[in-house]
Amino acid sequence: MKLQAGLLALVLAGSLAACGDSGGGSGDADAAASARGPISIWYSNNAEEVAWGKQMVAAWNSAHADQKITAQEIPTGKSSEEVIGAAITAGNAPCLIFNTSPASVSQFQKQGGLVPLDTFPDGKQYIEDRSGDIAQQYKSSDGKYYQLPWKSNPVMIFYNKKAFAKAGIDTTKPPLATYDEFLATARKVVAAKAAKFAIYPAPSNEFYQSWFDFYPLFAAESGGKQLVEDGKAQFNSDEGKKVAAFWRTMYADKLASQEKYTGDAFVDGTAAMAVVGPWAIATYKGKVDWGVVPVPTSSGKPANEIHTFSDAKNVAMYSACKNRGTAWDVLKFATSQEQDGKFLTATGQMPLRKDVATAYPDYFAKNPDYKVFADQAARTVEVPNVANSITIWQTFRDAYSKSVIFGQQDPNEALDGAAQKVDELAKQS
Amino acid sequence: MRRGPVTRALGEHPIGAVFVTPYVVFLAAVFAYPLGFAVYMSFHDYFFTAPGAIVERPFVGFDNYVTVLSDPAVRRAFANVLVFLVINVPLTVVLSLGLSTALNSAIRWRTFFRVSYYVPYVTASVAVVGVWLFLFNSNGLVNSILGPLAPDPSWLVNSKLAMPTIAVYVTWKQLGFFILLYLAALQNVSKDLYEAASMDGAGRWKSFLNVTVPGVRPATTLVVLVATVTGANLFTEPYLLTGGGGPDGASASPVLIMYQRGIEQGNPDIGSAIGVLLVIGVLIIALIERRFVGRED
Repeated sequence: MKLQAGLLALVLAGSLAACGDSGGGSGDADAAASARGPISIWYSNNAEEVAWGKQMVAAWNSAHADQKITAQEIPTGKSSEEVIGAAITAGNAPCLIFNTSPASVSQFQKQGGLVPLDTFPDGKQYIEDRSGDIAQQYKSSDGKYYQLPWKSNPVMIFYNKKAFAKAGIDTTKPPLATYDEFLATARKVVAAKAAKFAIYPAPSNEFYQSWFDFYPLFAAESGGKQLVEDGKAQFNSDEGKKVAAFWRTMYADKLASQEKYTGDAFVDGTAAMAVVGPWAIATYKGKVDWGVVPVPTSSGKPANEIHTFSDAKNVAMYSACKNRGTAWDVLKFATSQEQDGKFLTATGQMPLRKDVATAYPDYFAKNPDYKVFADQAARTVEVPNVANSITIWQTFRDAYSKSVIFGQQDPNEALDGAAQKVDELAKQS
Repeated sequence: MRRGPVTRALGEHPIGAVFVTPYVVFLAAVFAYPLGFAVYMSFHDYFFTAPGAIVERPFVGFDNYVTVLSDPAVRRAFANVLVFLVINVPLTVVLSLGLSTALNSAIRWRTFFRVSYYVPYVTASVAVVGVWLFLFNSNGLVNSILGPLAPDPSWLVNSKLAMPTIAVYVTWKQLGFFILLYLAALQNVSKDLYEAASMDGAGRWKSFLNVTVPGVRPATTLVVLVATVTGANLFTEPYLLTGGGGPDGASASPVLIMYQRGIEQGNPDIGSAIGVLLVIGVLIIALIERRFVGRED
């Protein structure tokens, strides 16, 4: 991208906003909340989710000829969040997007791009009845729900059984519960040349990469704390520093790589382990004989006490939507127990329902590999829903990258420094 | 002769105005207006909103510029791009002039070489970056050839070598375009001058220095300016090749930071301030270059 293109992107979005300023969207909100008619939705471009989305839309449309859904995959861009942000500014976002990142909700909310779902009489009740206590993590700072918690991909440690066998490691109950066990296992794998690296979290600097190295282990170590709570950074606690020290050892001992990898290191056999959620299982089919364990903690907590990062994607309603009554009905239809079951079957991802492990006994009987993810889904930690969320994650990533991945600063010092900046950012509205 | 109002407004040949209008509109819409709006945003507390959202966007004076200039990541990005330019621009001039001179002479496989140098320029960066990652990672071809001389950490994760490696990559990728400019310029250098130099006893090297180099000076000015402007706009390579300006911001460029702050983090006012500073910086460098490279003897 050239500078001109960058300025142009900034400005076109700004101009569109300026042009729309005189419009009277908010005054029509009450009428729109009960308005019914055709709506448009976007969903992810993941093949399994597309298949689910198509059947959901067909099922709705066959019963609602006057309120048809027009669906499409999210348009291509550097990221879904950029595309959605631009659509909000241009005023052409669809009614519902079934791929809204919780990390972007505060930004979209600030833009005036989201409809608080509490405006529907049964909005709050529906969300809390469906998701249980976990729903609280998705409330915004004004106490409203601007997103419906939809599905999670609880992040766990996948391991390659063949590589572990080559290194002489138990493939049914590998010693990966404590940091010491994990490091010893990692060293064995590399020493036996079972894989070039024990594990390969992306070492690049994008703000979201910490969701797949530091954050799951921090959630586990801290008993379910978020990166920021009550406006204060939590990651420079003793627990956060233990996690940073663990990963620092992994990089210093060359058990994890500092270099960017093009492709999937776990599938290619370059790494013997991966930190990922159940969405990846489909991509491992026929390529890796895998096993899965919870993320490690310093003391080796039992599996049923371990929290992890949710890697959730949610559904939000966008303020450009005219027929919000229909959109709300579609939202409830698409997240009903029946459609959630179809989603689980099609994708292997966990609907964010409080009873997911017991609601679909047939599925988990047929697919025992997924049962462990359903159990883990009850103990997931979301990214904090705070102002400047992306800036906070980038600030954290910069400090983590410098100290933990590249060893150019003491990790404790780096985390303390980042915490000060994050506290300032979290204070801003 | 009395001139009508149309003639007074559009000159003696009004049809000319019709021909230039599309480009004027293009310039106004794609360059002038965005630049003006970016300057406006940089002086306001500005963020993008949905149509109809009522928000205040107060004038904040130089606050955004103070924020930008007090941000170590931004300062480092500007320093990084200077390192990039110091390597990239001279290397581009020397290599493209040297290679175009060679390609201009009657050598075998001339067309093949001309096409070969041009192919990287027309190939998408995303595709070529994959090849360079393969070449320059710690187990890549380059380190295999270097053996014990290979740097540790390797090229793209070495804070001292990441930016120079990107500069070399961009030089290689853009070379075909600049060779093309020089090849065109070389056609205008009179063969008589080479003959006269030869009669005066000048060898190939002396002819190159005293005939070719001065003969293509206008092209050199253009190459220097274009390489500077495109180099200052560096984005794709730190975004893709070093995973977001790594290691530890050592290869971050101002446009990459502008993208992070302006688009990803939703602060277009900060992004615009970085952009405006970059425009000013590039203009200053371009003026200096024009003063020294573009001077008439």
